[in-house]
Amino acid sequence: MASHVVAHKPAEHEPVNTTLRHHFASDEQQKDAATIGMWVFLVTEIMFFGGLFLAYFAYRQAYPAAFASASGKTNLWLGAANTTVLICSSLTMALAVHAASLGKKTLLVIFLVLTLMLGGAFLGVKAYEYHDKWVHHEVPGAHFECEGCDDAGHAPLFFSLYFGMTGLHATHMLIGFVILVILIVKAQKGEFTTKWYTPVEMFGLYWHFVDIVWIFLFPLLYLIDRSHTGLK
Amino acid sequence: MTLEPKSFQLFPEQASNFAPTVDALYTYMVVVSAFFSLLVAFLIVYFAVKYRKRPGQGIPAPVNDHSIGSMILEITWSVIPLGLSLVMFAWGASIMFHESRPPKDALSIYVTGKRWMWKIQHLEGAREINELHVPVDRDVKLTMTSEDVIHDFFVPAFRTKADVLPGRYTTEWFRPTKVGAYHIFCAEYCGTKHSGMIGTVYVLSAADYDAWLAHGSGEGSLAEQGESLFNQLGCANCHVKDGHGRAPNLYGAFGTKVDLSDGTSVRIDESYIRESVLYPQAKIVAGYDRIMPTFKGLISDEGMLKLIEYIKSLGNENGANAPARNLSMESPDLQKTGTMAVPMSEMKAPAAAKTTSTEKKQ
Amino acid sequence: MITASPPVKETKNYLNNEKGIKSWLLTGDHKRIAILYLISVTAFFALGGVFASLIRLELATPAGDLLESNQYNKVFTMHGILMVFFFLIPSIPATLGNFLIPMMIGAKDLAFPKINLLSWYIYIVGGIFTLYVLLTGGVDTGWTFYTPFSTSYSNGYVIAAGLGIFINGFSSILTGLNFIVTIHRMRAPGLTWFRLPLFVWAHYATSAIMILGTPVVAVTLFLVVLERGFHIGFFDPAYGGDPVLFQHLFWFYSHPAVYIMILPSMGVISEVISTFSSKKPFGYTFIAFSSVAIAVFGFLVWGHHLFVAGQSIYAGLVFSVLSYIVAIPSAIKVFNWAATMYKGQVRLETPMLYALGFIGLFTVGGLTGIFLSSLGMDVHLTDTYFVVAHFHYVMVGGALLGYLAGIHFWWPKIFGRMYSSVWSKVSAALVFVGFNLTFFPQFLLGYMGMPRRYHVYPPEFQVFNVLSSAGASVLALGLILPAIYLTWSLKHGEIASANPWGATGLEWQTASPPITENFEVTPVVTTEAYDYSTQQEVVHVG
Repeated sequence: MASHVVAHKPAEHEPVNTTLRHHFASDEQQKDAATIGMWVFLVTEIMFFGGLFLAYFAYRQAYPAAFASASGKTNLWLGAANTTVLICSSLTMALAVHAASLGKKTLLVIFLVLTLMLGGAFLGVKAYEYHDKWVHHEVPGAHFECEGCDDAGHAPLFFSLYFGMTGLHATHMLIGFVILVILIVKAQKGEFTTKWYTPVEMFGLYWHFVDIVWIFLFPLLYLIDRSHTGLK
Repeated sequence: MTLEPKSFQLFPEQASNFAPTVDALYTYMVVVSAFFSLLVAFLIVYFAVKYRKRPGQGIPAPVNDHSIGSMILEITWSVIPLGLSLVMFAWGASIMFHESRPPKDALSIYVTGKRWMWKIQHLEGAREINELHVPVDRDVKLTMTSEDVIHDFFVPAFRTKADVLPGRYTTEWFRPTKVGAYHIFCAEYCGTKHSGMIGTVYVLSAADYDAWLAHGSGEGSLAEQGESLFNQLGCANCHVKDGHGRAPNLYGAFGTKVDLSDGTSVRIDESYIRESVLYPQAKIVAGYDRIMPTFKGLISDEGMLKLIEYIKSLGNENGANAPARNLSMESPDLQKTGTMAVPMSEMKAPAAAKTTSTEKKQ
Repeated sequence: MITASPPVKETKNYLNNEKGIKSWLLTGDHKRIAILYLISVTAFFALGGVFASLIRLELATPAGDLLESNQYNKVFTMHGILMVFFFLIPSIPATLGNFLIPMMIGAKDLAFPKINLLSWYIYIVGGIFTLYVLLTGGVDTGWTFYTPFSTSYSNGYVIAAGLGIFINGFSSILTGLNFIVTIHRMRAPGLTWFRLPLFVWAHYATSAIMILGTPVVAVTLFLVVLERGFHIGFFDPAYGGDPVLFQHLFWFYSHPAVYIMILPSMGVISEVISTFSSKKPFGYTFIAFSSVAIAVFGFLVWGHHLFVAGQSIYAGLVFSVLSYIVAIPSAIKVFNWAATMYKGQVRLETPMLYALGFIGLFTVGGLTGIFLSSLGMDVHLTDTYFVVAHFHYVMVGGALLGYLAGIHFWWPKIFGRMYSSVWSKVSAALVFVGFNLTFFPQFLLGYMGMPRRYHVYPPEFQVFNVLSSAGASVLALGLILPAIYLTWSLKHGEIASANPWGATGLEWQTASPPITENFEVTPVVTTEAYDYSTQQEVVHVG
């Protein structure tokens, strides 16, 4: 393949670009690469959760009675509260990204901290729910009991999926938690400017994704057949 | 009779109704594959020789002609292989359709796989371990389950196999066409002695088969043993004969479709009976309360087969009793031999068909 | 015509510009990371090969006289796990792909160099788990981990093995992610999609499969670990679960995975055939699109592993017809490669010998695959040695030969040295002959009914088993020789010029070995791909 070459030498009086990695030709290319990379990663996450959703749909279709009555054991109000909390945390995250784009450091830190607190609230409620299930022997295993459940022989499947799916989701939230702390520290140090706030934006994408996964989990795990079994 | 394998053979014996057509399809595939393999091999060797770089040959001239692309060629060598392949598809599909529809009057035998042996149960009560005696020229249907992991019942001479699953029944059928002894292999890896989980099919003449059956187990037929289990476990208390009990009437029920409490319907077959005994709340017949207790842990897989055969013997959808014995000398036409079943007053009319039970997962 | 390469003092290049173990273990240079991978995948391949030798030694006799049954079962399991997950899947992408993709597109590195290094470390951690399993007693489930055997019955280290593969999966995902972003966004000016080398197209399609399929097997193995560890029932009927669901989830990845293994090899073959015919690949666009078609259709055929597993026959029909459709793009490639040689200037250097061997063996492997795509035929052949022969023809005769072709083709570029032409051709011949002798008899064994994963077998199967084991010794020799002469060449081989084969492609327009930044100045592309007319008239003749 023939080519002629073009020299790319920076002019001596240009300021050194500290945020541009050496293998990229321009800031724009670097930002594009990060964005495409994050979206590709989110696609892999969809496939990751997808396997569990497939198992859920397969078993729910096979054992509807067990799923409907076992789902009644989840606490609707706690689930709804968590949903609200997580949606609000997506809002604060979006506002954080916006603040970063405007170079407003204080606002950025405030919104990141709010996101962290809301995320922490979600995890706290989840911990309470797990504990509650443990106490009521609703964790699959040797001591499993599903009181008053239809088709109790197949009820463990629902709970396996409940713990598997919300557990995987909670793990993703924990990872997000850790990254948020790092971002807060970096933001406080003033590392993000209007010219470069890519990590904040990319993390925003990740956080919104984790939120959307919950939006799917909530109805599938908490809302099946509530009209039939009644609000509890 | 013993297994008499030749030391050099390319094909197993053709011992079932499926073997000739499977071998014919194989021959077609071998011929097509050999043709294309040899063609490709020839082309690359021929081109490597004919177009080898010769000393002094200069830089290749720029090309933009048919030697770097040709739509006609691309279409040709896509369409022709596709056409030849679709023949393989259609032929193979038709073989498998045939293999997946056991004839209604097939001789029924139960197979239970367990690490690492095959337990065979004939309806008349005869039991075998790692051996399967069947009559020649009669359709045979195996209903199989596993007590532990996935196995597979493979008879190369018949060209059939099917996975044997825990918690579920799978079927495999064939018509043996040649008297002799043939290998049974387990063909799904199942642990330590997977390669030891082998046996022999003995295909006998009709007379020899009846003679062999007559030596069967003294415990009575499967259905008879099932009847005593039915009473022992207390099923008879609710599933009463006259149909006024707390539970659906089972007389004449096998093979019919019933409506369930959630609006769907199901065909009463081996899998539904098994599911109802182990997970009674999963599918409740419309109009009945959810009061049936589970018998999980109280009945073995073998016991389950006996119960199923008993329920079958109470009459099927044709209004006739299922035969308690597979009588090889009699006509396979059951309508003439059975008596009429009790009218199905307790069963609702079948609703629109849903998935058949062979696709239901346990 | 031979060019006399003047003796060159060792120039500054990516191999010598930084010294010390830290400069290797903390590198961001894609070329060094490729070498790290080269060493590790070779090590895992050798280990997998040792297990293969044990299998063939045992199977030379019908009785179980070398190993006990449990040991044999662990040996074939470890052979499968090591070869599939730790050799075949990373092999070409992580070594040749890592090294060449930035160079082929005129870039300085991949988009995410640190993630590239992380990929290698994750691979090593996954490998350590697997070695731990090996040293503490092994796992005996087969590389396919079917339930409920793996979750409830196996006495092996299933959890550790599952975790090792789970972790390794992330290495694959990150590599695929890196390649996709790089190919999309970092091509040199003028390098449009249809000027890309076919090697790049092949890796783009492979990366799509990596990122979409691997997460599914990851979550599936995760569920197996949960079920085995906590008796949380997903797949065990004792808890109401369905063992066939495991098979669906497992094969949803593992079938596309085989296209991860073969597509990069096909990319190599396109480059090698073209170079050693001095001709643009015939039907360039068709070859490029066929890679994409294989990736897409490859996701739609997994059910052909479940024809006798209890799957509905209607699903079987759909999967069967799709399995025929997915074979067509591969057929298109084979014919296009052959046509590339038509009116070319063919040179039979070692890479070309491997490439021609690939074409022959992959054709047989692919054709025997369509035996298995036919429902009625598969009923007889599945889980027999026919399947074993089929996948070894495509994985060894195909993927491995493509890997060897690529290593021999780009070795001068990577290390700046030529290797012995005589020894490499002898090895290639041994590999080809040994391979056929090992695996062709297995087709016959399979039709006769010998099941796979059998430790002992009826005596009538012995003749072909002995042939197979004899062939394996020839194959082993053919595979050991490259380790020797290639290593020898690092110190004693003739110094290579920038373009000893007369190939096209940006990677050949820079030094051998390249400088760390790959190019002194970023290339600008102005012509179509594979333009041999502008080649200098210098070509290495061996």
